[in-house]
Amino acid sequence: MSLTLDQVRRIAHLARIEVSAEEIQGVMARLNRVLALIDQLQAVDTTGIEPMAHPLDAEAAVVQRRRPDQVTERDQREEFQRRAPAAEAGLYLVPKVIE
Amino acid sequence: MLNASLTELSAALAGGKLSSVELTGAFINRIKSLNQKLNAFITVDEARSLAEARASDARRAQGAGRALEGIPIAHKDIFCTRGMRTTCGSRMLAEFDSPYDAHVIERFAGAGAVMLGKTNMDEFAMGSSNETSWFGPVRNPWDAGRVPGGSSGGSAAAVAARLAPGATGSDTGGSIRQPAALTGICGLKPTYGVVSRYGMIAFASSLDQGGPLAKSAADLALLMNAMAGFDARDSTSLERPAEDYGRELGLQIKGLRIGLPREYFGEGLEPEVRARVGEAVRWFESQGAKTVEITLPNTGLAVPVYYVIAPAEASSNLSRFDGLRYGHRAKEFSDLADLYRRTRAEGFGAEVKRRILIGTYVLSHGYYDAYYLQAQKIRRLVARDFKQAFGQCDLVMGPTSPGTAFALGAKAADPVQMYLNDIFTIPAPLAGLPGLSIPCGFDAAGLPVGLQIMGNHFAEARMLGAAHRYQQATDWHLRVPAGTPL
Repeated sequence: MSLTLDQVRRIAHLARIEVSAEEIQGVMARLNRVLALIDQLQAVDTTGIEPMAHPLDAEAAVVQRRRPDQVTERDQREEFQRRAPAAEAGLYLVPKVIE
Repeated sequence: MLNASLTELSAALAGGKLSSVELTGAFINRIKSLNQKLNAFITVDEARSLAEARASDARRAQGAGRALEGIPIAHKDIFCTRGMRTTCGSRMLAEFDSPYDAHVIERFAGAGAVMLGKTNMDEFAMGSSNETSWFGPVRNPWDAGRVPGGSSGGSAAAVAARLAPGATGSDTGGSIRQPAALTGICGLKPTYGVVSRYGMIAFASSLDQGGPLAKSAADLALLMNAMAGFDARDSTSLERPAEDYGRELGLQIKGLRIGLPREYFGEGLEPEVRARVGEAVRWFESQGAKTVEITLPNTGLAVPVYYVIAPAEASSNLSRFDGLRYGHRAKEFSDLADLYRRTRAEGFGAEVKRRILIGTYVLSHGYYDAYYLQAQKIRRLVARDFKQAFGQCDLVMGPTSPGTAFALGAKAADPVQMYLNDIFTIPAPLAGLPGLSIPCGFDAAGLPVGLQIMGNHFAEARMLGAAHRYQQATDWHLRVPAGTPL
């Protein structure tokens, strides 16, 4: 199937990416090229096939590890917030959300 | 010195014939003279590298020589490095100073290696030509008008032009093997879970795997010994006993069963690539290997499966770039939602945005089952193909890439044409399997051709052994591009 301009706008909104009026036609055309590629998958009969989420899930060795519920990380807030575009008094600054 | 193997360099360092400061300085000087042409490195910090080299020489003077003591190594700029910016080839992280080192970086430091710098790459590892980097394309040392492949194109070009004796890379759909093939060097994508992803900036987490690039299979084994190992900070890191990846370098080729997948030799393969790969296979036959024709019937579906799964995972992973906590932030915005939208529109390039949009779509309500779940089911069919194949053969061989290095811009207009270039490298990561590319000759234009060797899970040592035996009998891996003479 092909995406419409409205669908592209909706997807861009969900992805929180600004797509300008000038570029949206080109973006749509290229997305539709990719969708034509992946639409080949619709023709495949996958009845009874389990989805594969982990590339080694058929290997016996794969088990999700558990760990004790203990604090292992030290507080690095200041170190991390030094990288923030805007931080103050231990807080990340964002535009006003509530009027 | 610049064309020496890691074993030779280690011996020279251990024997006192060479200091790490001399060795590191020689590579830094070569980077200074050639990087402007190749654009293989994004960041080089000469003072830091030489300080690390001096510290290594001091440790050695006290008798503490470790596996890679004093050897300079270049790292793909996807691995986080504290104190040296980590850009991932993106404007989003153009000035990012990671608060921590990736596990791979820790491992190399622990083995005594010196960090030579950070190499250029396709933005967020999304690309097969290195043209999507915010820092500009990397040039192929064999022909500066051509791409080096991608996404680890900077690492591959650096090793090919002898700007580094070894480098790290990451492979999601071929990002180590394809650039290795296009630049005439060796690259190994290990079994999923063997190398920790901690601090390796995430693209598609069920596929991403770090690995080494080097001149020879024997050098890859030494680099793998340093890189591989359990790390609790990566939930998919495998707890396995340490192994010596060089233990099968003396592999007996006689009796080795080599599978040749019919689908890897069909139409779309450049005739000269077919010829060079055929000649390499015949060398193995001449040494007593037995070739078996096999079939991997779902090969043609691997690219579409990948372009559902990888973008889906990427759209989730890259949602962390919000302009609030680190990285680029738009200067002008009207409210919080606008800040997100503009930050991400400015910070990401066209290919990254395209993949985020595709991923967002295939995961969105109403389409998840038709695309994402269906792709995961066909992913299992691709994996089953290999499981069956490895019942008939020990290793699989074929071309790494359907063609040799293409011209800059040749495939940039149509994303699908670029994606199809990875048809032979995408299946292995879907199945979690290791894949290796080694040089096996040149086309008439003098561009390198890569032979791909795939093995079952954890068969890296055997793959490297087969490659090493081939390299003992051939010298493709020792050729230096004419444009970057020693």
